[in-house]
Amino acid sequence: MSHAARVPVAIAAMTVMEFRLSLRRGETLLATAVLPVVVLIFFSSAPILSIPGERPVDFLLPGSIAFGIIATSLVSLGITTAYDRHYGVLKRLGGSPLSRAEVLVAKLAVVLVVEAVQVALLVGFAIVVLGWALPTTAWVAGATAAILLGTLAFAGLGLMLAGILRAEAMLAVANALFLASLVLGGVIVPIDRLPAPLGVIAAALPAAALTEALRSAFASEPTPTSQLALLALWGAASVIVAVRTFRWE
Amino acid sequence: MNGAAGPAISVDHLTKAYGSRPVVDDVSFEVRAGETFALLGPNGAGKTTTVEILEGFRTADAGTARVLGQDPARAGRDHRARVGLMLQGGGGVDPRMEVEEAIRLYGRLHRRPRRTAEVIALVGLGHVAGARTRRLSGGERQRLGLALALVGRPDVLFLDEPTAGLDIEGRAELRSLLSELRGEGVAILLTSHDLTDVERVADRIAVMDRGRLLAIGSPSELATSSSAPLRFRIDERLTPDDLGILNARLREFNPAATVADEGGGNYLLEGLTPDPGVVATLANWLASRDRLILELRAGGSSLEELYLELIGGHRADSASRPGAPG
Repeated sequence: MSHAARVPVAIAAMTVMEFRLSLRRGETLLATAVLPVVVLIFFSSAPILSIPGERPVDFLLPGSIAFGIIATSLVSLGITTAYDRHYGVLKRLGGSPLSRAEVLVAKLAVVLVVEAVQVALLVGFAIVVLGWALPTTAWVAGATAAILLGTLAFAGLGLMLAGILRAEAMLAVANALFLASLVLGGVIVPIDRLPAPLGVIAAALPAAALTEALRSAFASEPTPTSQLALLALWGAASVIVAVRTFRWE
Repeated sequence: MNGAAGPAISVDHLTKAYGSRPVVDDVSFEVRAGETFALLGPNGAGKTTTVEILEGFRTADAGTARVLGQDPARAGRDHRARVGLMLQGGGGVDPRMEVEEAIRLYGRLHRRPRRTAEVIALVGLGHVAGARTRRLSGGERQRLGLALALVGRPDVLFLDEPTAGLDIEGRAELRSLLSELRGEGVAILLTSHDLTDVERVADRIAVMDRGRLLAIGSPSELATSSSAPLRFRIDERLTPDDLGILNARLREFNPAATVADEGGGNYLLEGLTPDPGVVATLANWLASRDRLILELRAGGSSLEELYLELIGGHRADSASRPGAPG
């Protein structure tokens, strides 16, 4: 009699496959690996924006990490999930021993792996190319908390939109949000320099909260509780909506 | 084993509507282990919805569906491991995935899968094993869908339109593969509107239209259950006068009998059960008119005729019933 593989084995198989597929999506690699590095290097080197602080890299590194996390957890996860539904992949997996929760765990595992690579890549470029030095005080816990809660918020949003929108619409919406996060997320412009109404809106959005939380961690400032709470709130809300509205086919 | 005692699949008064439109209307049937069962019907008959309820993708509004003794909508991963399924069009694989990768992935979701190479050989995909699935033809996609259904050594197999897109050779291969699986005790439920394939492969057939089950039985049972028209072909067309005389002779058996001229020396005799007396009378009369019978098919109407008769009859009934679903 046929039995399902044990849960960790099945999730591992799915995760490996998802990771291999993500390496084959050129346009996604552009968003997740190339664009954040370009943002970091370009705005650090070209004196286009008046960036606060002594060295632009101190401002831009947390911003480009946040930008990368948005690219991976909102843009890439959202678009691939919407296309998975479009191609019937989610439906077909629903008929396999893998449960829906296990499919999501595999997808999120890939998101975290890609993010780890992104952070290593950006920090590496910052150190090697831009002369940045790792903070001497404790920063890992704060940065990890910010990245995990940011991933929760943006993956929740990505899955929520992917569960509602057609694949083509998801593509357009995700890219629009990605671009908006560059401006409204405090990635290249501090949000207190945005025009008043925009600044107020931006402060309530998860992108700026993630950027600010990372900035505080790297600057070894006290834990940015309000930003982390805002990320958790966005995460909880989007996951609840996603669970209620997600269409698997 | 769960399926050994009871039927592998059992459907009892299954009903499902989309809005006010009934899609599956009070359907009941059972499939035993080692039996190949076909749901046959035109597009929109409710075949896919029935199968998708059994696959656990949809829930019924009323009635029950059981697969290996379990409610498929609530069954867990070990149940799904025992069920192989193929979506319509063989779909459901990422276009960037390679054929071999897809089969290996689905294999890894099972504890004791068939070997990937064995499955590839079984469905005849060796020539495209390393190709991305987006490059596959319709027929190859169908074969991949079948491969994913088979890799976990299922006890129950659901195949939605498995022959669509397959060429003649592919259909023959599928038939022999299905008969091999049947020999291993797999219960197979397939849907089709391809009568020829179903007639050859299925132990039993259920004809569906507009959500209702119109007939159920083995291909031979179904064929003899119809009113079995008698067809004959003669070397030279009958004159209108002769046709009138023949009609009159045959009405001695049944006043409702008619002989229709289908052209080219082909005639269709309706309204009579073809018994030896009728056939002898026909042959003698034609001999007296010096006509040579080139072909005579008495009874044993093809499944196609039965099918068209059932669907046609059902549609006529629906049309004459006010408020019938459209």
